[in-house]
Amino acid sequence: MEFLSNLIIGVSLGSIYAIIALGYTMVYGIAKMLNFAHGDVIMVGGYIAYCGISYLGLPALVSILLAMLVCTVLGVVIEGLAYRPLREAGSLAVLITAIGVSYFLQNAAQLIWGAAPKNFSSVVNLTIPPLFGGALNVSGVAAVTVTVCIVVMAGLTWFTSQTKMGKAMRACSEDKAAAQLMGINVNRTISMTFAIGSALAAVAGVLLCSYTPTLTPTTGSMPGIKAFTAAVFGGIGSIPGAFLGGILLGVIETMAKAYISTNLANSIVFAVLIIVLLVRPAGLLGKYVPEKV
Amino acid sequence: MNKLKSMKTAAKVNFATYLGVILAFVLVSVMRSQGLINSAMGGMLVPVCCYIVMAVSLNLTVGVLGELSLGHAGFMSVGAFSGIIAAMSLQNAVPFAPVRLGIAMLVGAACGAVTGVVVGVPVLRLRGDYLAIVTLAFGEIIKELINCLLVGVDSKGLHMAFNLTGTLTIDSLGLGEDGIAIIKGAQGSVGTTKLASFTAGFVLILVALFIIQNLVNSRSGRAIMALRDNQIAAESVGINITKYKLMAFVTSAALAGAAGALYGLNFSSLQAAKFNFNTSILVLVYVVLGGLGNMWGSIIAAVVLYVLPEALREFQDYRMLVYAIVLILVMLATNNPMIKGFFARLFRRDRKAEPKGGEAK
Amino acid sequence: MSAKREPTKLVPVPSTNRIPERDADKSPILECRHLGIDFGGLTAVDDFDMAIGRTEIAGLIGPNGAGKTTVFNLLTKVYQPTRGTILVDGRDTHGMNTIQCNKAGVARTFQNIRLFANLSVEDNVKIGLHNQIRYGMWQGIFRLPGYWKGEKIAHERALELLSIFDMQDLANHQAGSLPYGAQRRLEIVRALATNPSLLLLDEPAAGMNPSETAELMENIQKIRDTFQIAIMLIEHDMNLVMGICEGIAVLNYGKIIAKGTPEEIQADPKVIEAYLGKRKEEG
Repeated sequence: MEFLSNLIIGVSLGSIYAIIALGYTMVYGIAKMLNFAHGDVIMVGGYIAYCGISYLGLPALVSILLAMLVCTVLGVVIEGLAYRPLREAGSLAVLITAIGVSYFLQNAAQLIWGAAPKNFSSVVNLTIPPLFGGALNVSGVAAVTVTVCIVVMAGLTWFTSQTKMGKAMRACSEDKAAAQLMGINVNRTISMTFAIGSALAAVAGVLLCSYTPTLTPTTGSMPGIKAFTAAVFGGIGSIPGAFLGGILLGVIETMAKAYISTNLANSIVFAVLIIVLLVRPAGLLGKYVPEKV
Repeated sequence: MNKLKSMKTAAKVNFATYLGVILAFVLVSVMRSQGLINSAMGGMLVPVCCYIVMAVSLNLTVGVLGELSLGHAGFMSVGAFSGIIAAMSLQNAVPFAPVRLGIAMLVGAACGAVTGVVVGVPVLRLRGDYLAIVTLAFGEIIKELINCLLVGVDSKGLHMAFNLTGTLTIDSLGLGEDGIAIIKGAQGSVGTTKLASFTAGFVLILVALFIIQNLVNSRSGRAIMALRDNQIAAESVGINITKYKLMAFVTSAALAGAAGALYGLNFSSLQAAKFNFNTSILVLVYVVLGGLGNMWGSIIAAVVLYVLPEALREFQDYRMLVYAIVLILVMLATNNPMIKGFFARLFRRDRKAEPKGGEAK
Repeated sequence: MSAKREPTKLVPVPSTNRIPERDADKSPILECRHLGIDFGGLTAVDDFDMAIGRTEIAGLIGPNGAGKTTVFNLLTKVYQPTRGTILVDGRDTHGMNTIQCNKAGVARTFQNIRLFANLSVEDNVKIGLHNQIRYGMWQGIFRLPGYWKGEKIAHERALELLSIFDMQDLANHQAGSLPYGAQRRLEIVRALATNPSLLLLDEPAAGMNPSETAELMENIQKIRDTFQIAIMLIEHDMNLVMGICEGIAVLNYGKIIAKGTPEEIQADPKVIEAYLGKRKEEG
C-alpha cells in the first residue's frame, strides 16, 4: 500500500511536470528553441493567482483564469519582443536571450513581490474518503492534478490534430518555409504556441503551489529544468512524449526519494535521463532523423 | 606573401591577447600598491581570474568544438573541492603556501580532466540540444554528489564518507584528536586556509591561454574545428571524431578544474550549491557575448559582466534587472539583421565623416 | 592534354567485371560484389557489381533517385551495406567505418558541398592531410620540434596540392566565401590530400559553366596521371562523362542496367530507355 500511495504521489507530481513539459515541447517543436524562461512564467502564474486570492479576494477558479490570462499575454509579449527579432539568428543567441528573459522575470518578481517566500496554500479543497478501509489515502490535490493533466493532454491532442490552427502548428514545426508557402502565417502560429504554452504554465504554477506552498521568485526554476528534462526524456517536440516523460519523471523522483535517497533524488532522475538518451538518442517517443549525406 | 601576412595576423591576435593580460595585471598590481583599489574590488580580483579561465575554457568546447555545454560549473566544482582537499591535507607536508596552491590547482585540473572523461564519453555521442541537456544533468548530478561528501583529515590520513542516507555527520568519520573537517556535506568546505592570490590567477590565465591558443593553432585544433564545421566531411577525411571531441572537452574540463581549485582556495567556506546550473549559464553568457572561438572576447566579457553588477550597485535592487535588460538588448543588437544593419550604416557614416587621412593607410 | 585519347579497351577480371586493359595485370582497386542496401522495406541499391582498375576513370550515371549517391555512401561506409562485399585494394571493408575506409584509401567529395566553411582554404587542405602528417597534441601545445616540422611540411604540401587547380593564391581565403566552382575544386583537393587510391567525385561539375567544366575534365585526367589513382565519378553532364570515363555503369532503380565503355553505353537500348522513356510502338 505504501508503494501504491507513493505511486499516486509520483503520478500526480509527474502530471505537473507533464503540463510544464507540454509548454516546453510545443515551443521547441515549432520554434526549435530552448525556452529557458518557461519555468519563470510558471512562477509568475503562481504569483498572479496568489494575488488574486489574497489581495483581491477572488475565488480560486477566477484567480486561476486571471493567472492564465496574464501568462498568456506575457508569453506572447516575450515572444514578440525578445524571440521574434532573432528568428533567423543562431540557436545560441536565442538561448542566451531566453536566459536574459528568465533573469528579467525573476528579478522583476523579486522587485514586485519581494524575496521573502509567500505562503500560498492549496487552492484545492477536495477531500477523497480513504480507500481500502483507510489503508490508502488519495489527496484531493493529487486527484485534481491528474485530472487536469489528462484533460489538458486530451485537449491538446484534439487541438493539434483536428483544428486548423493545430494543423498549422504541426506544419510549421515540420518546415516553416513550406508552411509559409502554403499560406500559413508563421509568426501568428508561433505566437499562438507561446500563448498556449504560457497558459498551461500558469495552471502548472498554481498546481505546483499546492505541493510546495511557498512561492519565491525562483520557484519555477528547478521544476522548469525538470520539466524540460521530462520533455527531452519523452522526445522533445512530441506531445505524447512530454506527457509520458513528465509522468515517468515524477514517479522516478518520488520512488527515488522514498526508497533510495532523499539527497540524491534529482541525481537519479538525471541519471535515468542520461541512460535513456544513450539508448534512444531522441528520447522515448521522439524520432531520430540522421543527417542526410 | 599573402600567406605570410595572414600567419602574422593570427599570431598577432594571440600575442596581443597575452600582452593585454600582462598589461592589465601590471596595471592592477600598481593600482593596488598605490591603494587605488578598494577592498570590494580587491576581493573580486581572484574570482574574476577564475571566471576568465572558466570562460576561455568553455569557449574551447562551445566556440571551437561547437558543442553546447550547460554543465561547465560541475567541472569547476570538482576542481574546487578536490583542490581544497589536496591543499588542506598537505598543510603539514608542504608548508610553503604557493607550492601547495600549485599542487592543489594541478590536483583540481587532474580531477576535472577525469570527470571530463567520465562525462564526455557518453555525452559526446549525442548531438546538439540533447548534448546540452545531458551536460546540464551531469552538472546537477555532480552538485548533489558533492553535497553528500564528508571529508576530513587527521594524522592517519584522509577520511571520506558518502552520506547517501542523509544520516551521517562529520563525526561519523571518526577523526582523531588532531583531525580537521574539510568538507561537511551540504555545508560544503569549512575553515579552508585561503591560499589564492591574484598573481596565481594571472599565471593561470596565461597558462590557459597558452594551452588553448596553441592547441587551436595546431593539427589537433584544426581537427577539432573541422568537427565543428562539418562532422560528416571530417569523418570522410579520416578524423577520429570521438578522440578529438574528447580532447577538446577534457582540456576544457581540466582548465575549469584548475580554475575551480583557485576559486575554492579563495574562500574560507564554500558550498557545492554555488556551482549550480546558474553558474554554468553565467559562464556561457560570457562566452557568447565575447564571441564564439574568440578568446580575448571571452576575457573582456568575463571581466565586464562580472564587474558590471558591482558597478551597478547604485541601482541597488534594480541592478540584476538592468543586467537582464542589457543582456537581452545586446543579444538583439548583435543578432537581429535589421538592428545589425542599422549599426553597420551608422558606423559607415562615421567613417565617411572622418578625414581622408584615415583611409589612406 | 586536350589531345583526343585512344578509346580504352575493357578486359574481364575474375568476377565477371571489366577493367581497362592497362590495369589488367594488377588486381582492381575496388571490387563490389552483390552490394545492396535496404532502408526499411525499400531496396535502394541491389546486386551492385563493379570493378575499377588501378588507374581507371569510371563513371556512375543514371536518372535522379537511381541510388548513385547511396552507392558512394556504401563505398565510404556512411551506410553499412545490407548485403554483399566491398573490396578496396583486395581488402574486405566489412565492419569498417568511414574513418577506416578513408585510411584504407577511399576519399570522396559531396554532392551538396561540405567544406569546413569557417576555416581558411589552406586549413581545409591541412585537415585533409591530418593522417598524412602527424604529430601529437602535446607537440602542438608546447610547440615542440615535431610541431614546427609537421606544420612546415603541411604548409608546403597544402600549397602544392592547391596548385593543381591554381588555387594557391586563395590559400588564406575563408573556404565558405569562395565561389561555387572553387568550393567544388577545394573539396577535390581536400580529398586528394588524404592520399587516396580511389577518389569518389559526387557531381564535380554541378553548378559549373561549360568552360569551367572543360577545365575540370582536364584536371581530373591530370590528377589521375600525376597521382596514378583511380577515380569514380557521378555526373549528369554527359559531355564530361563520355569525354573522360573509360568504364561506365548505368544505375536505374538501384540496379545496374548497363556497363561498358562510353561507346557501348551510348548504343545500349536499355540506357536510352531509362533516360528517355520507352518508345511507343509505331502504328
